[in-house]
Amino acid sequence: MLTVLLILIPFIAGLIAFGLKGSGPKVLGMISSLATVVLAIGAWCRFRTAPDSLNLVANWIPQLGSQFRVGLDGMGVMLCLLTAIASLLVFITIYSRDYEKPGAFYGLMLLSQAGLTGVFTAFDALQFYIFWELALIPVYFLCSLWGGEKRIAVTFKFFVYTFLGSLLMMVGIIYLYFQTADHSFSWSSFSSIHLNPDDQKWLFWLFFVAFAIKMPIFPFHTWQPDTYEQSPTPVTMILSGVMVKMGLFGVIRWLLPVIPQGAAMWSDVAIVLCVIGIIYASCIAMVQNDLKRLIAYSSIAHIGLMCAAIFANNEQSLQGVLIQMFNHGINIIGLWIIVEVIQQRLGVKNMDQMGGMARKAPRMAIFLVIISLANIGLPLTNGFIGEFLMFSGLFQYNHWFMAFAGLGIILAAVYTLGMIQKVIFGESNDLTDTTTDLQPGETLALSLVVIMIIVLGVYPKPMLDLVSSTSEVVNKLF
Amino acid sequence: MNALISTALSGVVLMFVGLFVRNKQHIKFFAIAAIIIAFIANLAQYPSVEHGGYVMYGMIEVTKFGVLFNAVALGATLLYFLLSGSEFEKVGEHVADYFTLVFFILAGISLAATFSNLLMLFLAIEIMSIPQYILAGADKKSLKGNEASLKYFLMGSFSTGILLMGITLIYGAAGTFDIAGLGLGTESVHPLALCGIILIVFALSFKVSAAPFHFWTPDVYDGSPTVFTSFMSTIVKAGAFVAFLRMFHGSFAGGTISEHWTLILSIITAVTLVIGNFSAVFQQSVKRMLAYSSIAQAGFMLFAVVAMNDMGTQGIVLYAAAYSIATIGVFGVLMKLKDYTFEGFNGLARKQPLLAAATAVFLFSLAGIPVTAGFFAKYFVLSAAIQHGHLLWLVILAVLCAAISVYYYFRVIIAMYFRTGEPEVENISGGFKAALILAVALVLVLGLFPNLLLCWL
Repeated sequence: MLTVLLILIPFIAGLIAFGLKGSGPKVLGMISSLATVVLAIGAWCRFRTAPDSLNLVANWIPQLGSQFRVGLDGMGVMLCLLTAIASLLVFITIYSRDYEKPGAFYGLMLLSQAGLTGVFTAFDALQFYIFWELALIPVYFLCSLWGGEKRIAVTFKFFVYTFLGSLLMMVGIIYLYFQTADHSFSWSSFSSIHLNPDDQKWLFWLFFVAFAIKMPIFPFHTWQPDTYEQSPTPVTMILSGVMVKMGLFGVIRWLLPVIPQGAAMWSDVAIVLCVIGIIYASCIAMVQNDLKRLIAYSSIAHIGLMCAAIFANNEQSLQGVLIQMFNHGINIIGLWIIVEVIQQRLGVKNMDQMGGMARKAPRMAIFLVIISLANIGLPLTNGFIGEFLMFSGLFQYNHWFMAFAGLGIILAAVYTLGMIQKVIFGESNDLTDTTTDLQPGETLALSLVVIMIIVLGVYPKPMLDLVSSTSEVVNKLF
Repeated sequence: MNALISTALSGVVLMFVGLFVRNKQHIKFFAIAAIIIAFIANLAQYPSVEHGGYVMYGMIEVTKFGVLFNAVALGATLLYFLLSGSEFEKVGEHVADYFTLVFFILAGISLAATFSNLLMLFLAIEIMSIPQYILAGADKKSLKGNEASLKYFLMGSFSTGILLMGITLIYGAAGTFDIAGLGLGTESVHPLALCGIILIVFALSFKVSAAPFHFWTPDVYDGSPTVFTSFMSTIVKAGAFVAFLRMFHGSFAGGTISEHWTLILSIITAVTLVIGNFSAVFQQSVKRMLAYSSIAQAGFMLFAVVAMNDMGTQGIVLYAAAYSIATIGVFGVLMKLKDYTFEGFNGLARKQPLLAAATAVFLFSLAGIPVTAGFFAKYFVLSAAIQHGHLLWLVILAVLCAAISVYYYFRVIIAMYFRTGEPEVENISGGFKAALILAVALVLVLGLFPNLLLCWL
């Protein structure tokens, strides 16, 4: 029931928000996201005591063997929590902003939250597919209605790309459905299919392409920098903080347990693609002048590392990925909040026009430094533990992959520190002289981010305990 | 059976009503009442066929499938009358005649869903086709309409001729017209039967506008009065598909014989998907885009015929319903606009939010996005093909084409929501809005619970 509420609250709030005017949608969004955060924490507590009570099965289309089957495991709880926290942070940050047609804006934001939670809780393949698509539609409208000047073409490319990927996945899902012993879409039936290796060989790609487009992995990433740049920043936060996790989640939940031999067969290829992506994206990020594009490319590099670690095929790296999914979400949202602040004050995204903001906006500068350091995985920040586990897992799998992926860390330090330097240090100019420091809402959101960074950096055990159940289960099946 | 009788009778009655009733509004109400009666009469037959079919002199066999399909066709026509019924009077003077012709077409469709004899197949196709030739040219003053009508008539009668030749050859091989008793599949296939089957494939491909027999489609659909294009490209096309399905499942399935035609038909399917989708991308007029989209959707419906399994049978019912409702809805909105190009939709969301939202749902359904009926329709036909086992290449091709179809469907959504403009819209009546909301509700309900329809099968 708790799990259903996690989907239903944002869904219903989203529908109501469409009809509200003025500041109504804002308040509703805030209430709904607070409620989901509380529920998600409740789900965490419940998960420690009675995990089975989080699962629910109801009849949906019995003729097809598809049921409404929601549930939460450690990974699910963590991602639902991330989704809830992400939307809370977004709503706090933009509380003082006024968007055109606020009802539609907040309504679509809440609907996308419902769709994402649906993806993370689905234990039925057909239902998973449906939520997977549904999460996309509100984001498509959000980007196309409130985005930058090239928004229509860019978001359209994004949509067609991901839609193509998901259609291929649907073919795979239907094919697997006919292989199940009891003709059912449930996760347990899917993960107990015995497929012959030849089938696994090509089935792997049907799923992997869908997930790789979503993450995105080189060479399927071309939609991502444009979309991040053109989207309104609150949407970018959801996109990069939560939505890309759908791809990683898909690999862990629906690819590794279902097509284990296929994954093992192609793991080298997948890791090579990821490593190419890490180095390629980091190099581009180094020469980027556009703040939003820089963070977009840095996100490709980070996601690439996580995907490589998944295919490294051991429990340690998987655990690192799981914990990093949460931490990367928090960090990148923090970075986007600062981008939103800067963009709102200065109206530009070009880093050449910035500089010396530390003097005018010291609080923002401190937050930016802390979050950036967390983003490169400095010890005692939340980014460290995940990256350490992932690298150690990757090292056990193959030294060379680890060495090349490790280059990404060095490059990340180069472009992140370069970014800090260009944005907040150096000479101020006419434009940056007019900057004001953070407003209360923004301070609150960034403080929450920094608290999470430090707490999870110093004491990551609760989060590790939460996800360890998933990494054990998946690793056994793999 | 009830559907056949009631629609044929309604047609005749409406013809006479046209003589005595001058008020066009009243004629429309008569037609709506008649279609509701036909719908109920058709459903009333369901209990009697629930356990085995109802056979009539070996000519007609009413099965659950036939009743269900007729219900879909009649229900969709009811929706069509509610949405676009008032457009009939804008075409010309003889409103009652147009309604009459529509009812005759429906009689043909209900025959197509229930025939069990090759002669009945021929009759069904002819009854469906001839009124269409007239409807295509209903607007006598329009040059394009005249061209469409003549083109349709010439090519349509040519293909009916081919159908007849095919039937003759099969009769020569089998010695019977009874589709269940043809017995062609058991041993080696008679060369005459093979020629006959190929001719029938070609003729029926023409009727469902599958490539490379689709050349008439864009011109006819574009030239005909829009209100009739809406009917011809949806319900009538679904009717032709049912004839196709019944014919091939009834007598050419199984054994060695199916190997001979599945390859031809799967190539036709592939070509249809590619040509339909790629041509639709380049259209400037929404009406013409919908004509090509109907070719593309026909490609998907052909899957059900090629796959020859229960999944396909369910799929064709669902596809017929989903595709008909959505396309009728889009055409309904299109007819309210003055400008049929994509630009004509610019800024519609701001001026007419309800119309724009409904159109968006219909287009989502056509593109096959979840929670709309179109998703499950595509799901079923693709499942049917995957279950078949040897058609995976076709399935992959189909999903690639489906991704292309997003391009042209979303062009309309982009125009409505993200571009600014001043679309010229006719007055929207309350009844139209109610019918539109009904259609949207149907699309969404079938998208969530497809079993509401399929549990009858």
